[in-house]
Amino acid sequence: MEKVEEIRRSFIVSVSPHIRSGHKTSTAMRVVILALVPALGFSTYLFGLRALLITIISIGAAVCSEMLLQRMLGKKITIGDGSAVLTGLLLAFNLPPGVPWWMPAVGSAFAIIFAKQLFGGLGYNFINPALAGRAFLMASWPSLMTKEWLSPVGGTLSGIDGMSAATPLSLLKNPANYGDPQVIIRQLNDFETIRNLFLGKIGGCIGETSVLFLLIGGLFLLFARIIDYRIVLGYLGSFALLAWVLPTEGSVLFHLFSGGLILGAFFMATDWVTSPITRKGRWIFGIGCGIITIIIRIWGGYPEGVSYSILLMNVFTPVIDRMTRERIFGEQRKRGVKR
Amino acid sequence: MLAGFTGGVHPPERKETQSQAIEVMPAPKKVYIPLSQHTGKPAKPLVAKGDTVKIGMKIGEADGLISASVHASISGKIVDIVEHAHPVIGSAPCCIIESNDTEDWASDVQKVKNVDDLSQMQLLDAVKEAGIVGMGGAAFPTHVKLSPPKEKEIDTLIINGCECEPMLTADHRLMLEHAETVIEGAKIFQKILNARDLIIGIEDNKKDAIDIFKENGMTVAKLKTKYPQGAEKQLIKAILKREVPRGGLPMDVACVVHNVGTCHAALMAIRYGKPLIDRVLTVAGDGVREQKNVLARIGTPVSEVIDFCGGFTAQPEKIILGGPMMGIAQYSDDVPVIKGTSGIVLWNRASIPDEGPCVRCAACVDACPMGLMPTEICSSVKNRNFEKAKMYGVLDCIECGCCAYECPAAIPLVHYFKYGKSEIWRKSKK
Repeated sequence: MEKVEEIRRSFIVSVSPHIRSGHKTSTAMRVVILALVPALGFSTYLFGLRALLITIISIGAAVCSEMLLQRMLGKKITIGDGSAVLTGLLLAFNLPPGVPWWMPAVGSAFAIIFAKQLFGGLGYNFINPALAGRAFLMASWPSLMTKEWLSPVGGTLSGIDGMSAATPLSLLKNPANYGDPQVIIRQLNDFETIRNLFLGKIGGCIGETSVLFLLIGGLFLLFARIIDYRIVLGYLGSFALLAWVLPTEGSVLFHLFSGGLILGAFFMATDWVTSPITRKGRWIFGIGCGIITIIIRIWGGYPEGVSYSILLMNVFTPVIDRMTRERIFGEQRKRGVKR
Repeated sequence: MLAGFTGGVHPPERKETQSQAIEVMPAPKKVYIPLSQHTGKPAKPLVAKGDTVKIGMKIGEADGLISASVHASISGKIVDIVEHAHPVIGSAPCCIIESNDTEDWASDVQKVKNVDDLSQMQLLDAVKEAGIVGMGGAAFPTHVKLSPPKEKEIDTLIINGCECEPMLTADHRLMLEHAETVIEGAKIFQKILNARDLIIGIEDNKKDAIDIFKENGMTVAKLKTKYPQGAEKQLIKAILKREVPRGGLPMDVACVVHNVGTCHAALMAIRYGKPLIDRVLTVAGDGVREQKNVLARIGTPVSEVIDFCGGFTAQPEKIILGGPMMGIAQYSDDVPVIKGTSGIVLWNRASIPDEGPCVRCAACVDACPMGLMPTEICSSVKNRNFEKAKMYGVLDCIECGCCAYECPAAIPLVHYFKYGKSEIWRKSKK
């Protein structure tokens, strides 16, 4: 009898389902970080140890500020979930490799404290923390953020032989500042330049240069179903279409491979927390990013528009989710009737 | 292309007992027969303490429109009618019968009837008299499902042989070992409903069952192995491409769905006059010595079924009645097997993971077969904003658990939905 009593006491009573897929937020974060390692490795080769050190400082500052703030606020310390590491890593990827040592630290601290933790921590931030950190640095020290480029090993800043005055997108924006505009534009669209863009033998932010290495990681995340194909396809598709239709001197391939587009489309627009949860919403989000990016590139004041397009769409995410509520099974919807 | 529905998940099947033939468990010494084993009103007891009963004797009468009768599953004496542990509702009044060690059947049962001579009404009555309920788990009174209002024409009867729950193989074994009775029962249902078409839906992981039904001339819909393929609305969608409207029933799209076990039980009742006094269930998991498919009497304590399967392997941490996706965790192994008990799952290791913050990964949205946004409903319920939860469709939730299965933050979403529903119902009753 006693044995029975003992057994009875020990049963766990919990609600169904009693099995789980085993997916974990922290695992997903680690997989994304892993997917960025090839690009980081390549950048270290391209720009030297400096790129790696900037990245380490950025990650360190992100983790430390999360830990310190959570300790100060008396909250549970959650640096183990890997999200702070990812924020630091992505911020570094969005910085020119030549920025002063303090910049990644300041940017990361801002990203974690103001864009993430003060809103309630992981899951509650409405904009991508890494991009918020980058926007903050851009607004505060614009000249450092747009001039501290480094030429890659065995290549030039622009990807064009002998042309090391500007990055490809800056050249495209103001070709007349650097020589004969027609010659420069022709050179930008050369097969040679496109190949350098694809491989990453160009200047640019630490993590954005190599399309090849970013694609390796990005496609892996797509197949692992950690990131959503709708956002990636919507973003790249609408962007490519507009780059083809709209008046720009750059070819579609030039636009696709230059700047932070691939990094943004695979690793930042797809951020779980700040992108829509509805299927239709994810298409709209991706397409919106594509449209804004190309508009900034063609008509905006900056040569590049990836980070601002994603930040803008982050802001729209709650509205998109509300307007694209999933159709409930068996629900009849009438056209033009507001729910 | 196999037919399907949107959403759903692919849990490991773990159908380890699929080649275990059904074993008949001897009648237990004592059975605990709850008066409520079905959706709807509990049955009214027809017996009193001290009465002598025989197998198949009606001991509880269906009370009202949606209710079902219950019958004695052993012969002996009613020793008490008291509250007892119940696998679904915690505790409920039970007739406790102590065996007299005989296999005496009540006189009005066990007469072979010629089914073809019976009218639709007689057939329906026989189903009702025998206390047949949906054997897939929900235990909805079968005669109610078989008598739709006149204006609802039924063109298709779907037989549910999906058994999409991991680990359970009771329906699979029944299909393999008793295909003829299942088919005959299904044809009786078809006759009662005047349905033009009769289709049996089986997942493509049960190829042997598909073959048997095809050989017997049945129309088989081979379905993708995906959870919850056996959910009524998803099954209809996959087979007929029809969507049951929100808040509606299958008859709104001219069909009715019955489980294979229900067909079998109904035929046994109509042809042999045997009421629903036993059922096949799967006993599985690392907590039991011999995983088996067992034919057990209704009212048999779960502990005795486990003993019949060689007993516990160790001190189990979790006992689930039903399957791992939708089954109910038990606080006691005193609970009896009831009409809707499709399985007993025992695990030696179980834990409740820590709930993390929602990271809006949308895995729940992608998994939901009802097109809901589980995380939105969950946060509405957490904020006690039940109106918003209702707007987001909490009442459409079928509690299949796909969302919680996928959630990387281990949020017990189904728990919040059950709570939200009960709050909404409580308020609407006031």
